[in-house]
Amino acid sequence: MREDLAALARPAPLLSLRGWATFLGIGFVLIVLVPLLNVLPSSGSALHLPDYLVPLLGKYACYAILALSLDLVWGYAGILSLGHGAFFALGGYAMGMYLMRQIGTRGVYGHPELPDFMVFLNWKELPWYWYGFDQFPFALLMVILAPGLLALVLGWFAFRSRVTGVYISIVTQAMTFALMLAFFRNDMGFGGNNGLTDFKDILGFPIQAQGTRIGLYIASVLALGLCFLLCRFVTLSKLGRVLLAVRDAESRVRFLGYSPTAAKLFAFTLSAVLAGIAGALYVPQVGIINPSEFSPANSIEIAIWVAVGGRGTLYGAILGGVLINLVKTWLTGAAPELWLFVLGGLFVACTLLFPKGIVGLIGQWKSWRAERQSYKTAEASE
Amino acid sequence: MSVARILAARILAIAFVLAGVLAGLFSPPALAQSLEDMLAGLTDDPKAAIQMLIAAEDEKAKAAAAALAKGNLFIRIEDNAVVIAEKDGEQYVITNALTGEIEAMASAEELQAIVLDDEAKALLGGAGDAAAQDAGPFDFATGVKALNAEGFAEKGKAIEKLTALGDGRAIPVFQALADGRLFSRKSDGAVVIGDRSGNDVRLTMAETLEPAGIVAPDTLDVIFVNNNLRNVLREAIGRLGLLSAEASTRTGAAKALLDGITPDAVALLREAYAKESIAYVKEAMALALAAAELSDPDKARRLAAVAVLGSSSDMRVRALLQSRLGQEQDAEVKAAIAAAFDRIQTKLTLMGYAENLVQGISLGSVLLLAAVGLAITFGVMGVINMAHGEMIMLGAYSAYVTQEIFRAMLPPSWIGAYLIAALPVAFLVAAAVGVAIERGVIRFLYGRPLETMLATWGISLGLQQAVRMIFGAPNKEVANPEWMTGAIELAGGFAVTWNRLYIILFCFAVLGLIALILHRTSFGLHMRAVTQNRAMADVMGIPTARIDAMTFALGSGIAGMAGVALSQIGNVSPNLGQIYIVDSFLVVVFGGVGNLMGTLVGALTLGIVNKFLEPIAGAVLGKVVVLIFIILFIQKRPRGLFAAKGRAADA
Repeated sequence: MREDLAALARPAPLLSLRGWATFLGIGFVLIVLVPLLNVLPSSGSALHLPDYLVPLLGKYACYAILALSLDLVWGYAGILSLGHGAFFALGGYAMGMYLMRQIGTRGVYGHPELPDFMVFLNWKELPWYWYGFDQFPFALLMVILAPGLLALVLGWFAFRSRVTGVYISIVTQAMTFALMLAFFRNDMGFGGNNGLTDFKDILGFPIQAQGTRIGLYIASVLALGLCFLLCRFVTLSKLGRVLLAVRDAESRVRFLGYSPTAAKLFAFTLSAVLAGIAGALYVPQVGIINPSEFSPANSIEIAIWVAVGGRGTLYGAILGGVLINLVKTWLTGAAPELWLFVLGGLFVACTLLFPKGIVGLIGQWKSWRAERQSYKTAEASE
Repeated sequence: MSVARILAARILAIAFVLAGVLAGLFSPPALAQSLEDMLAGLTDDPKAAIQMLIAAEDEKAKAAAAALAKGNLFIRIEDNAVVIAEKDGEQYVITNALTGEIEAMASAEELQAIVLDDEAKALLGGAGDAAAQDAGPFDFATGVKALNAEGFAEKGKAIEKLTALGDGRAIPVFQALADGRLFSRKSDGAVVIGDRSGNDVRLTMAETLEPAGIVAPDTLDVIFVNNNLRNVLREAIGRLGLLSAEASTRTGAAKALLDGITPDAVALLREAYAKESIAYVKEAMALALAAAELSDPDKARRLAAVAVLGSSSDMRVRALLQSRLGQEQDAEVKAAIAAAFDRIQTKLTLMGYAENLVQGISLGSVLLLAAVGLAITFGVMGVINMAHGEMIMLGAYSAYVTQEIFRAMLPPSWIGAYLIAALPVAFLVAAAVGVAIERGVIRFLYGRPLETMLATWGISLGLQQAVRMIFGAPNKEVANPEWMTGAIELAGGFAVTWNRLYIILFCFAVLGLIALILHRTSFGLHMRAVTQNRAMADVMGIPTARIDAMTFALGSGIAGMAGVALSQIGNVSPNLGQIYIVDSFLVVVFGGVGNLMGTLVGALTLGIVNKFLEPIAGAVLGKVVVLIFIILFIQKRPRGLFAAKGRAADA
């Protein structure tokens, strides 16, 4: 008994040996092999990876980070946020503002300081909240601060007064809905309905060039890897265990003297920051950010990525995020009217039939096989 | 330009040519030559040329003279030909004055007007009158037809003559003309009054005031009026209306005269005022008289007029006083006007608040209808039904289908009743779908509220897409039945539309019905028992599974009926439910769960707060403010305004 407790208290390794091997293997394929396959073989060769696939894979990496961030709060802390799209979009807008400032005089109106839409709206000077965004480090800081602070404030208010369960879902949904309405307004100074687009370059590199795209893709995959390790670290730490306990029996954790509020607040804020980073990487690769990213439907869709992949496993969320978006890309091209049926069906099937997602399905199958095996050996021994 | 118009013009031209040929048979052969001379002479010696034109027997000469009188005779710069040009949109339809043939259209730059001095115009005046006398005896029908004349001056004459007839039937026609609701039907040129009915226009023949069916708007041409004519119309309506036998028409006429009045009309108004016996009509007339006397030279009269006007709460009276304030010389009168102005101002502000309040209640009742079903299911089962909005949408589409069936199968006089029939249809459709969802999905997910949310969201996506595939993505039009159109006017120009009023009433009726079910039936008793303590209710022998299904059917059915109500004030589209779903959630969260009183207070509060914020912050920002307010509110009362207390609170 004592040994068991000691084993529990000892920090678990970040990844097992096999885990590290898989992690690094996938990383090698994505970071080295994919760009090489794009650059080296001539475009006619069978091994050649078409140019358009690189930013597409980069986009999936961003979605995977987003799914990861939601898994951290939903899978581990039991907070089903239906507003994670808002954090994603805020990070995206921060990056978009930097990219807008980089356009300089190359806009349609050629104004040295004001983005086109401001000139169009007859604005005379830059609003104060646009200052500093011409500096990349400042923009990066805002990518982290904007979603982080929002999550911190909202989470503090919500968790402090013990808003839980469906209530927190509705509050976060209302938040993203409110932000969507606000960002649709031209007066907000974020480009209104059209959002921010027509970007020219990032850090001096032309944004349309294949080299820049490969760079952004590698950055996204690297970020995904780092975010995964970070989440893994958090969930394995003592804090992670408190989070799990909060998810399963919040009152009991409170009675034991822990503060669920602080643990949840930390997880929620960290998750929002990760979502913001995903958004910031997403925007230069798709070339636009507009208020529809805030729509509640987008945020709910993230939940289904996580649910399909498998909640509370981190890698399951990544799997789900990539898989569903693959299907979405294919299906919205092949049979667009079917996509909503498939998505809706996934929501239902996932919650009814395989609540632990694809990852859980493997486990379900394994345990079923093991059971059969033991049954067979028992039969044989008789 | 419409094909029919070109055709008509062609036929006219051919008629002219034929007439010209006939005239050529009976008149000296030199006439064609002389017409050319006459037309050429217009620029050198207009008076002589005009006299000849008027005197000429030739139809083409007469047409040229008439065009000249209207200012429609031009010289084409390109070839110096004299042409009759009638404006059609940006371009002019060109008829060659010499040959009477229609030629290529021209723009204003290609034409040069023939400028006449006053004497020449006076000569032409005689020609115009002579032409008008040909029209025969003037009666109501010809007058109405004349309203469709080309120029504003002709329309003005027609209005004057119609007014002189003293026929009360002219009032609705004039009103329609002033509102831009008077049309000429493209098929036969008949003058009709059109009232919007959804995407279509309901027609009334202007001559007979009899209904003439429902048509699409693009089969009609609007008969335009300018502001000047609108003033003429208003006064004409006023004068005609004062003599009407209907009290409401007389009141309307007096009100119309408030804006501006000629001395003749004042005399008429005085007469009518003296004869008037109904108090509220007399009041309106007194107001119009006072408005007229506000500029009377006699100071005492002006003061009396101000006193009368100060008791009004009409926005137009306020404008009248304001403009008068600048012109008034006498200090005493000026002070009186200022005081009266302030008084009206205060009244109008209060009325603005009252209007916001009514609109807020109206919005609140819509929210209530949308949210009450959600509150019931959430209260009883602890389940958030994300597909609730789609139940509303299904209800709205049920209304649409019912309407179409009524249109196709039943006589037109029944159409007004479709809305009544749609209510049970929508209830049954939505309730059936609701039960299917509950039995098929939700019952497997009890105790897992977050998963229920996701599953029902998935169902809502499927339902939306299904409806989109069956009915198409564009909005469907559900027409308001006649008894729901129009508005009821409350004190002092403050109107509430009937459809809003009906929805408020309907909403409270539904709420009362639910309260009755909850508190007076055994089903309600069981429902309340399950809400309070599911396990205990089960032990007591209450069939909780059946209660769940029935509760879901009830909640969904109410959402369906809400959809019928919403189809009357908004568009019916597959996204209809999405518009209301976030708001409904907020109502439920704000009011507290499973509590009718809470839902009622929550919905009305949100509706009213929204409407009061709108003028201050704008519609969108107002909504954002409300959302932030609720997010903050939930901190204070995490379980809503009317949260369950005690043991039930931590269920």
